[in-house]
Amino acid sequence: MSENLPALLIVVPLILAPVAALVGRRDLSWAVAAAACWWAFGAALALLRRVQAEGVIRYELGGWAPPIGIEYRVDLASAFVALIVATIGAVTVVYARTSIAQEITEDRAPLFYAAYILCLTGLMGIAITGDVFNVFVFLEISSLSAYALIALGHDRRALTAAYQYLIMGSVGATFIVIGIGLMYVMTGTLNMVDLAERLPAVADNRTIPVAFAFLTVGVTLKLALFPLHLWLPNAYTYAPSAVTAFMASTATKVSVYLLLRFFFTVFGFDFAWVGMELHRVLMPLSVVAILAMSLVAIYQTNVKRLLAFSSVAQIGYMMLGISFGSVLGVTAGILHLFNHALMKGALFMAMGCVMYRVGSVSTDRMAGLGKAMPWTMAAFVLAGLSLIGVPLTVGFVSKWYLVQAALEQGQWAVAGVVMVGSLMALVYIWKVVEVAYFGEPDPDHELREAPLGLLVPTWILVIASFWFGIDATTTAEVATAAAETLLRGLP
Amino acid sequence: MDDRVILRVGAKILIPFILIFALYVQFHGDYGPGGGFQAGVIFAAAFVLYALIYGLGNVVRVLPPKAAYVCGALGVSIFVGVGFVTMALGGGFLDYGVLAHDPAHGQHYGILGVELGVLITVFGVMVALFYAFAGRRRIEP
Repeated sequence: MSENLPALLIVVPLILAPVAALVGRRDLSWAVAAAACWWAFGAALALLRRVQAEGVIRYELGGWAPPIGIEYRVDLASAFVALIVATIGAVTVVYARTSIAQEITEDRAPLFYAAYILCLTGLMGIAITGDVFNVFVFLEISSLSAYALIALGHDRRALTAAYQYLIMGSVGATFIVIGIGLMYVMTGTLNMVDLAERLPAVADNRTIPVAFAFLTVGVTLKLALFPLHLWLPNAYTYAPSAVTAFMASTATKVSVYLLLRFFFTVFGFDFAWVGMELHRVLMPLSVVAILAMSLVAIYQTNVKRLLAFSSVAQIGYMMLGISFGSVLGVTAGILHLFNHALMKGALFMAMGCVMYRVGSVSTDRMAGLGKAMPWTMAAFVLAGLSLIGVPLTVGFVSKWYLVQAALEQGQWAVAGVVMVGSLMALVYIWKVVEVAYFGEPDPDHELREAPLGLLVPTWILVIASFWFGIDATTTAEVATAAAETLLRGLP
Repeated sequence: MDDRVILRVGAKILIPFILIFALYVQFHGDYGPGGGFQAGVIFAAAFVLYALIYGLGNVVRVLPPKAAYVCGALGVSIFVGVGFVTMALGGGFLDYGVLAHDPAHGQHYGILGVELGVLITVFGVMVALFYAFAGRRRIEP
């Protein structure tokens, strides 16, 4: 049983997805989805523990030995990302029960939960697989279910947002599969370890840089690096609240992981950084993402949209850390992956609470909410502090590492950009705080605090974002070890 | 289409053979080209042809939308279920060798089971898609 753990992490949710679709009632399908998510959480935690104790776990599917068969290859980075996805999935599914009951009709709820489980399965699959074509399959599982989840939004504009994401996401997926195909033509293998061994011999051939370019563009489209982020704001704004919280904390993060996997494990540091000089592309784009997207966020009046643009800026921080190509930089990137998942999840959940009671997240409808919904707005403020990077929060930890990584390479200007980005985050978070706490409430609307079913998951993430901000040793150790494994390449 | 005698009679003759051919593609899949996906599409094509000639109302009586929906989910369960059986018998996920005493037979049974799951899902989804477009109204799950 326990040697099958890597497979069970994926296939237990996979078999529960059709069950959730078949049970037909909202509560029952929710129970199935909750079982799937909590199972995934337990399994991912056990997997991370085992990788920490025993090192890399390799699992061959169908009894075919790699490189011919598909293998799951779980190292520290993949186990950590799988755990992030499973944690957010497990917290969000609790939140979804109340929020989806209001947003989605009874007959569609089973399909919603089936798609939710499939999305979770796909994202965890990308994290633990060791086969590049299997990556593409899982990417499609998660993306297709994500399009459906977004399209289920209450607002009719959710349909166009999902369609936009579908087109952009398919372009990204196509680029990825072209890149994989070109690598396969040159090496005759799809296994990541095998590819890493065979690629250096053919790296002089023009095909490999082309494959590298296709993969880079495809994955950066999926992770919404500026200027390929155009699908993201609409998708996050109009999706159901629970979906936004889930997607914002997981989907782009897994794509960042995928980029790390391709750059460091498959192509290797020497090819990607020394040969292709990737940092010359990634660093400027990340800096522009941080500055431009924070600026755009300041001018938004719809708070979900504001947070969506802030997400694009935060992806800039992750990519900035990775672009340094140093252990410290990649550590900062991986840490921010986890930390941003916590705080953005909490922020979007708080906005879901507002949506639940007010029916809108526009700033002009939020006046005086600090009095009417004290717990919701307190959660928003505390998670917002984390986004700004105030000490004692997770946001501070990641920015600390990021600035250190910048200074290590003598990049003073880049360190300055991180500071300016934090100040801009202060401006857009303050904008919401000002309206909610100092605005005059509309006397015609009697507003109550959000139900506990929404508040408890929100506060779990808020407390976690302080917990891991005060005691960052565990996460920092895992992130450093993961970064070291990635940069060392394959044994 | 009451006056199109040739179409009606032709479809009536063709449909059983299409269904049989789908099953041939399915069960011949491990010896030659074919398999669950192609078989599922061919199987669904028989229903689409029936709907085109005899009308959507008649085909819905044969295969209600609810049944197509269930098929779509059931097939996935069969596929993953085979994987669970192999794990319960002590092998890895989808390690068909453990399904029978002779590993070669085990591979055979395993492939057939998995492909059957693929057939059912592809068939269900194809028909559901056709219903969704042909009906121009929501298919109640």
